[in-house]
Amino acid sequence: MFKRTDPPDCTITWDGRELPARNGESLATALLAAGVLHFRETPVSGAARGPLCLMGACFDCLVELDGQPNVQACMTPVRPGLVAAPQRGIRGLPEVEDAA
Amino acid sequence: MSAPEQVDLLILGAGPAGMAAAIAARGQGVSVLLLDENAGPGGQVHRAIETRAAKDDQDADGARLVLALRTSGADLRFGATLWAIEPGGKVFWSEGGVGPEARGTQARSITARRVLLCAGATERPLPIPGWTLPGVMSVGAAQIALKTAGLVPEARVWIAGQGPLLWLYAKQALAAGGRIAGIVDLSHGVPPDALRHLPRALLAPGYLAKGLAWQYAVKRAGVPILRAESLRAEGEDRLRRIVIDEVAHEADLLLLHDGVVPNTQVTRAIPGCLHDWDAVQACWRPRLDAWGNTTVEGVMVAGDAGGIGGARAAAHAGRLAALEVAHALGRLTRNQRDAEAGRWRLALNRQLAPRRFLDALFPPLPAAAIADDTILCRCEEVTAGRVREAVSLGCLGANQTKAFTRTGMGPCQGRVCGPAVHAVIAAAREVDPAAVDPFRTRFPTKPLTLGELAALAS
Repeated sequence: MFKRTDPPDCTITWDGRELPARNGESLATALLAAGVLHFRETPVSGAARGPLCLMGACFDCLVELDGQPNVQACMTPVRPGLVAAPQRGIRGLPEVEDAA
Repeated sequence: MSAPEQVDLLILGAGPAGMAAAIAARGQGVSVLLLDENAGPGGQVHRAIETRAAKDDQDADGARLVLALRTSGADLRFGATLWAIEPGGKVFWSEGGVGPEARGTQARSITARRVLLCAGATERPLPIPGWTLPGVMSVGAAQIALKTAGLVPEARVWIAGQGPLLWLYAKQALAAGGRIAGIVDLSHGVPPDALRHLPRALLAPGYLAKGLAWQYAVKRAGVPILRAESLRAEGEDRLRRIVIDEVAHEADLLLLHDGVVPNTQVTRAIPGCLHDWDAVQACWRPRLDAWGNTTVEGVMVAGDAGGIGGARAAAHAGRLAALEVAHALGRLTRNQRDAEAGRWRLALNRQLAPRRFLDALFPPLPAAAIADDTILCRCEEVTAGRVREAVSLGCLGANQTKAFTRTGMGPCQGRVCGPAVHAVIAAAREVDPAAVDPFRTRFPTKPLTLGELAALAS
């Protein structure tokens, strides 16, 4: 796994758990440093996935961030108190408002 | 932050090419808008250079460029993702989705008199059985984790594949206090063909000395280096072990690498922008003149996105492109442009001197060896076997294969699997890769929400 060489300075919430993190690092590195590898489940087969590239290309690190689906964890800077969860399959669509 | 409606030069990418171009263009009085989807300048090579100490001359180069960029007067937008370029130079991007003052992602557009694409490189994928398991990542990813967050490998971390970055990362990780279980070298030693390019490479001996020093540092640290023919990753819901030539080893992380290729995701989406197959680097690259002009008027490319040359070559190419922009916009005469360009062109050629040797030394791993049940397209979970089946049904290129199998149709839009799908098709057809179409990309080249798109109209 990975080990930190700089100490964490804040906490975030991942899937209901509190994890240590560093303000300004990417959400993906915060999760990796905490030993989290399982970021999402694929829409096709439901297989578990974690980040491949950490540079915004692979879309394998998708998470739900503060309720917003399909966010790339590697492109999301950590701020204290951030709340995220695994992206499980395809995003849900909000109820369509009645136009009438 | 609002944007003006027009700018002289729009640059995509704040790596060495984009930064050097922005600085040089501002020096000629050209207005510059620079977009980069990352949180700060530097690109991959100088990533997070503003928040970490410079450790070598490459870091020092990056720190100088970033400082000059910050004071250049260029309009810098980070967390800004370009997703379309229309004929006439209208450019669309989204920004503001992240950061302390995030108010949701906003789509923006501007008309640029010149567009310079400095999109850098991406890693060539190395599809092995089990590479989709959580815990299998790229070497480039691990290097980003090291540079941006100070993460080092510990315990059962394996590195596998081939290429200079593999050795550089191993050296950097060890120097930062990391531990590596072993390196699985999947190359076949020094190809005899490489040696005929050696004399020219000696014009820039620094590169070769560096490469040897990295390998020496790794060996001296006692990291086992295993030459192997086959490798697979195993585990149920995450990586548990790797199997090297049929011998199993426990593993927490596996870092794969098979060289880098130009990022042509945006240039391939521009109608009329021609690309050529580079047989030496085994990749597509946009057709460029000596200044970085593509075959589309007003659209230019500099740096690794136009062919892999490394950070210093990229910066020089960026400076040359900026001079061409200043000339095209009437700020420099042809003679002034050429006079200014002389020293940068010399410096560029010097940087490129060892390239053919390096390219010959690190050829990509053969696509024919990818097993049928190995996934190529990670997004749509399409195996090499299904791609070969599509070829046997008559698919000649990547686009037809996409229509048959959905390979390359997921959210990454073929960014990861593109080179592998292309190579597997060429090998299955037993033809020159130059004769096989790459994925045709389309705008929007990055996913955006319907809400962002709709907001542009109001």
